Amino acid sequence: MAAALPALALVPPPSAPPALAARDLTFRFGDREVLAGLSFEVMPGEIFGFLGPNGAGKSTLFSILAGLLPPASGALLAGGAPVAARDPALRARTGVVFQSPSLDPKLSCRENLLLAASLFRVPRAEARERVERLLAGAGLADRAREPAGRLSGGLKRRLELARALVHRPALLILDEPTNGLDAGAFARTWATVEALRRDEGLTVLLTTHRPEEAERCDRLAVLARGRVAACATPEALRARVAGDVLEVEADDPEALAVQVRARLGLPVRVLPRGIAVERERGHELVPRLVEAFPPGRLRSVAVRRPTLADAFLDLTGESLAVEEGG
Amino acid sequence: MIAWDLATARVLWKRDLVRFFRQPSRLAGALGQPVLFWLIIGSGMAATFRMPGTGVGYLQFFYPGVVLMVVLFAAIFTTVSVIEDRHQGFLQMVLAGPGSRGALVAGKSLGSATVALSQAALFLLLLPLAGFAPGAVNWPLLAAALFLSALGLAAVGFAVAWAVDNVQGYHAIQMTLLVPAWVISGAMFPPSPEHPAFAALMRWNPVAYGVSAARRALSGPAAPGALPGSAAHDLLVLALFAAGALLLAAAAARRRA
Repeated sequence: MAAALPALALVPPPSAPPALAARDLTFRFGDREVLAGLSFEVMPGEIFGFLGPNGAGKSTLFSILAGLLPPASGALLAGGAPVAARDPALRARTGVVFQSPSLDPKLSCRENLLLAASLFRVPRAEARERVERLLAGAGLADRAREPAGRLSGGLKRRLELARALVHRPALLILDEPTNGLDAGAFARTWATVEALRRDEGLTVLLTTHRPEEAERCDRLAVLARGRVAACATPEALRARVAGDVLEVEADDPEALAVQVRARLGLPVRVLPRGIAVERERGHELVPRLVEAFPPGRLRSVAVRRPTLADAFLDLTGESLAVEEGG
Repeated sequence: MIAWDLATARVLWKRDLVRFFRQPSRLAGALGQPVLFWLIIGSGMAATFRMPGTGVGYLQFFYPGVVLMVVLFAAIFTTVSVIEDRHQGFLQMVLAGPGSRGALVAGKSLGSATVALSQAALFLLLLPLAGFAPGAVNWPLLAAALFLSALGLAAVGFAVAWAVDNVQGYHAIQMTLLVPAWVISGAMFPPSPEHPAFAALMRWNPVAYGVSAARRALSGPAAPGALPGSAAHDLLVLALFAAGALLLAAAAARRRA
């Protein structure tokens, strides 16, 4: 796991109002309460992540922030002033990157970007120059004339990101930006996002359920059941997990958990293929654990530092790792 | 505010045109199908049908009706793209921009209407074959009638597309709704005094006013088969239809993207 990058001296003066804030957002689908009074503040130049599994309300929150859905109640504040989610001035300053690309597959890559530029009323000469620069930056200059529908999934995501930047937004909102991307594409996406923040002072909001992606954010809002369960830097969230995590791989994890609780008196979590124990000085527990069971009962024992997935579980009692979809 | 909406509507309008003119098959279909329809049905009927009291042949009588059919089918087949655009996420991107949903409705409807007008324009190249002199045609009236019809039909299509959200359902509803509307519009048969129910239905059928106005544009104010009243009346009804359909589409589009 890559260590989180230090925030690059972008801490704004204490008087600066949040670039975007929400107060008590609520939303329901029928009987289901999707957002139950959700609040957050994102400072200018910050990379701010909403971490949660599917079903935590991330997609609904994203739709509200993208202006697609009005919240049932609650307020959005931009630069400290209340603003409607559909306010044209807010939308004009915001770039939105959808999880599944929203390009026109029949138009060329260049046309897709020019179309977005017209939508945001970027003056023509400026748009042309900006589009060529973005195409080059995305590594798509030589495919500019090809229909967007012919690009691979990874390249479509790159084009989608480029399109969200065509009007020089101050705020960039991304929905699960690297979901389904390989390690190379993940690194590339994040290099782009971090460069944008550094060079253009962009404020970035993103949703994610990937711990390795959450690590790259300056601050995280941990979402559970439509609320922010905690909001802190990734390090601070990880520090809430005491000590180390021991993961034991074994058959029949339920029975093993009962035995470990009984013999060692430890709190145990059941995993799909074993159990996990959180403990300070975890390495000292390893011999005790191994000696407490007959040879072969435990397939493997590993000690590792806690990740954001562990922190999430501790904070919410829920696992981040739920099936894809939804 | 209005500037964003204009930009959004313009982008969507232009996009539909670009996509249409880039597909030669759609251009060919736009001309081929109505020509066949006009000649085959028209010749078949020509032997048995004469406009009462005039010397107008059936092919000539039928021609304005086919022009409206071109507009109607073009509006149906172009507006179905709303469903595709929504599923591909393209419209989400537009809705996340600064333009309003009303601008989206206007842009898509105007785009479909313009594509429909382009197809009608191609078919109108055959005017001389139908026995009309292009110089004698009231072009502004024809353009207004076809534009308002196309806009209204495209907006109805938008509302249906947004509500149904699947291509099969869309076509099923549109065929049930609009093909009968065309058949009882006076496009194929004039209303006859012996069938008052038919005439009454026609009075509530916006397509009938499109056909009627097209007849007046091609053959003068007292064109055979035109509705009672005047061209101005025809256009007024069409304008109300278009406005009502746009409002309906805007109401439909308030539902979730």
